[in-house]
Amino acid sequence: MSTLSDRLSAQPGEIIDRSSKLRFTWNGKGVTGFAGDTIASALMANNVQVVSRSMKYHRPRGYMTADYWDPNGSVQLASEPNVRSGHRQLQEGMKVSAQNVWPSLDRDVRAVNGVLGRFLTAGFYYKTFMHPRSLWPTYEKVLATFAPGGKVDLDAPSGYFDKRYAHPDVVVAGGGPSGLAAAIDAARAGAKVMLVEHTHHLGGHLLWGSDGDRAVLAQLLTELAEADVEVLVDSTVTGRYEDNWIGISQRSHPGVEERLIKARAKMLVVAGGLIERPYVFEGNDLPGVMMSSAVRRSMAMYAVRPGSRAVVLSANAEGDAAVEALTAAGVEVAAVVDPRNGQDLVRAKGSRRVESVELADGRSVEADLLVIAAGWTSPTSLINMAGDRPSFDDSCGRFFPTDPPETVLVTGGMAGDGTTEEIVEHGRATGDLAARRASTVAHRLQAATTRAQSVDEIEPVWAADSRIALGRWSHPGLYRASTHGIVDYSEDVSSKDLVAAAKEGYDSVELLKRYTTATMGPSQGKLSTVNTVAILGEARGETIAEVGTTVWRPPFAPISLGALGGRKFEPIRVSAMHRWHEANGATPIIAGQWIRPEHYGDPAAEVRKTRSGVGLIDVSPLGKLDLQGADVPKLLNHLYTNTWNKLPIGGVRYGIMCAEDGIVLDDGVTGRLGENHYLMTTTSSGAATVWEWAENWLQTEHPDWDVSVTPVTTAYASMNLAGPKSREVLSSLVDDIDLDPEDFRYMQLRTGRIAGVDNCIMWRIGFTGELSFELHVPAGYGEAVWRSVMEAGAEFGITPFGLEGQRIMRLEKGHFIVGQDTDGLSLAPATGLDALIKLDKPDFAGKPELSWALENYEGPLVVAVQPVDPNVVPGEASQIIDPIDKRILGRITSARYSPTLERSVCLAQVEPQFATAGSRLTIKMIDGSLQEAVVQEHHAHFDPEGERLRG
Amino acid sequence: MLLVPCPNCGPRNSSDLRYVGESHKRPDPATTTPEEWRTYLYMHKNPADWMMETWYCSSGCRRFFTIERHTATSEFRNPPLPGGKRGGRA
Ligand SMILES: [Zn+2]
Repeated sequence: MSTLSDRLSAQPGEIIDRSSKLRFTWNGKGVTGFAGDTIASALMANNVQVVSRSMKYHRPRGYMTADYWDPNGSVQLASEPNVRSGHRQLQEGMKVSAQNVWPSLDRDVRAVNGVLGRFLTAGFYYKTFMHPRSLWPTYEKVLATFAPGGKVDLDAPSGYFDKRYAHPDVVVAGGGPSGLAAAIDAARAGAKVMLVEHTHHLGGHLLWGSDGDRAVLAQLLTELAEADVEVLVDSTVTGRYEDNWIGISQRSHPGVEERLIKARAKMLVVAGGLIERPYVFEGNDLPGVMMSSAVRRSMAMYAVRPGSRAVVLSANAEGDAAVEALTAAGVEVAAVVDPRNGQDLVRAKGSRRVESVELADGRSVEADLLVIAAGWTSPTSLINMAGDRPSFDDSCGRFFPTDPPETVLVTGGMAGDGTTEEIVEHGRATGDLAARRASTVAHRLQAATTRAQSVDEIEPVWAADSRIALGRWSHPGLYRASTHGIVDYSEDVSSKDLVAAAKEGYDSVELLKRYTTATMGPSQGKLSTVNTVAILGEARGETIAEVGTTVWRPPFAPISLGALGGRKFEPIRVSAMHRWHEANGATPIIAGQWIRPEHYGDPAAEVRKTRSGVGLIDVSPLGKLDLQGADVPKLLNHLYTNTWNKLPIGGVRYGIMCAEDGIVLDDGVTGRLGENHYLMTTTSSGAATVWEWAENWLQTEHPDWDVSVTPVTTAYASMNLAGPKSREVLSSLVDDIDLDPEDFRYMQLRTGRIAGVDNCIMWRIGFTGELSFELHVPAGYGEAVWRSVMEAGAEFGITPFGLEGQRIMRLEKGHFIVGQDTDGLSLAPATGLDALIKLDKPDFAGKPELSWALENYEGPLVVAVQPVDPNVVPGEASQIIDPIDKRILGRITSARYSPTLERSVCLAQVEPQFATAGSRLTIKMIDGSLQEAVVQEHHAHFDPEGERLRG
Repeated sequence: MLLVPCPNCGPRNSSDLRYVGESHKRPDPATTTPEEWRTYLYMHKNPADWMMETWYCSSGCRRFFTIERHTATSEFRNPPLPGGKRGGRA
């Protein structure tokens, strides 16, 4: 028997194209297949017996289901690991190799043949690699060499992934006879239908059925072509979430590696068919043991002869059909074992493949193929996800839906048994029902959108389920023979392991699953769940229904991380001056959604030039809210901790905002433009939060206040002109604004014309600590004004500066950044700005917490810190520790080398007893070394009196 | 993903809105005690039952509104009327 399996003559339903030969390699050896082949069918046709080694025992494994769920059918494709060979279609030039083998598939030195469970029993890893804990890093390295799965190529090119949002009326999950019929009739009834089929071909089991089955399929496909149905093959409905939010992984979209479709379906039809269930007996994982559906599929669709002499265990009509098909293909059927007549098998024997089968009647039959038709598992995942708890029917040996939501309909094998005609009829009725219910759902959704239109027609009646129910054919409950064998092939868990674990006390199915890892491998229990439950039931003396089952969770089939990431539907924001930055050598940095200049080559030089002359920074992302109305001061008093009653027109004030728990939320300045008109600025990252925060108070607690909030962040281009020469630069650019320092003072604003552009706002503030003017100009003129300022500044040696220069200068000045120098636990007193908390106001956000905090604040404080060694710049988030007992006393929150002071400067959070000026701190550097530092008197390392910015 | 019936925009994906949380009355800051205030901040009833909750239609009409939802079935009932200057508390 040199050739066990090869190609059959042309089969009536074959889908391979014999005229198109494809060359590929298997473990480096050149082989061929045909277009239409899966990798698995091509390997089988090339007489490849062993396709992988099992996870724990490294036992040889062949094809058992030869489809997507084949527990040991994963292969490596060049740089792509874990490719399902029973699913992936063959392509010219593919480099296919076995994974989880060492050094080779044929001679795997880790193989533990025939000593089932002696070494690696359930809980082996937990028990063996537990103690001592100090050895865990060593254990980890050892275990890693045993880890299953393919090799991840870190240099693999990243493909293009995409996302799509869809709003179909009906999604049909499953393209077998019932799903096809449902899709056709739903579309005929007027519904917008998406038909999703996991494999590459529509038809389900009709593809490998009788001539009559193929005729039915041909008819359905004709009808489908005429119906308006969006058909997605090689695509999987991966999950069903609230209100029929359906995830679909589409692997077949041209030009895209994988596309994640998020569909809001009005109705979901679940037509998932049935998965053939393995049978547990000794030797049940030997290559040559195959499911009857796998054998029939291989022969009918791929014309592969799966063996030469077969024993068939047939407990149902499909098994009987497999006997017929094998005989017709010229495979000798040496014995048929029929459990319906009380027959059974005991074990399969062989070293690298089935060689003989021992039967319960004492016979030993020589065979190279053992075909199993022991029953079916209903893949109830989607109805589980819809909230249903399917119930087990002992007389049929499988689960059925109990009471799914009315917007989820089940058809086909998951709903019951019937002839092909009955199944198709049930599918049609289901499609029609789905379409009618979908129109009611559509009506309800529209009616709920009362603003969108007036819905005057009466809601269509919710269609009653008047389908003729499918029958339930009795089936022997076959789970385990008299011997023990593999239950979970992915995880190498045997029935002995399960019995032992149950004896150890892991006798609830959820515990057993986690302890033994049964059902947790790549096939996710599709083949093993019911057998696991049955064997646990056996150990507990209970039925499957009594034991209960594990809950199926999404995704139904794996989704690549690429598809989950997909295309980002998030805007990228750039300022009006972005083009100028790009043309002038800016290094970009991503700050939230914004792309901003980090610097223009040399941030330290930008700082020096700004401090000695003048610099210009783009601060457009600064959050800006236009506030109008008679009650704006009430709102400001409520949001900020300080008082806003007496801000004059033209005045600007700084404030901090706290949440209701007293934690600092944001900070910024607000200026008064007119009688009832203010402009609030927020931090760049806080813009959306503060807007929502303001709306929250106005809409819920104080709807009587007369305030309108309009976000104007991107309506203005904003820039800050900073440095001792800034006034001189500006003087040539304004005509109706008086820059005289006696008139236009620090913390004041003016409106007027800048560089010929009307309706600009200018205020004198400065994060950098220099004399500076913040210009807010209508965004459309942003670049023009920026250019004018740069031109006017040329004679004063103006420099553009980026975010980094600003960060250095603000740190030199000791200005904290909310969220960097404060955190989610920082109460307002932590900032040291107690003077800005005005408890004499009747109310403001967070007032009760702040009043208690100010009474007795014992939390950390933000302080300025300088390392003793001026050249040491600690990494941000370095710990401040007690050098003796190593207790953590705080952390460095910001650190930079100051080009102005020519030394390192930091902000830190420390416990209050170490926050006094002169306190010596010990900083634990990233590399573990310790550095001394001293707490400063003022937050500002530079110009603590603020003389420069008032100049 | 939940469909949330915004009174102004109609049913929208919950990702279009922000879940503010259980609706509760803000204690009077002038008279509140730490216990009462922190119950308002942190202690939620979280019943497996109908619950009044607040949503913010952050990607739509930007209105806060309160609505009843059954936490076990995610069914909504008694949405506020559309329009009005502000959504407001129920
Ligand atoms: Zn809305």
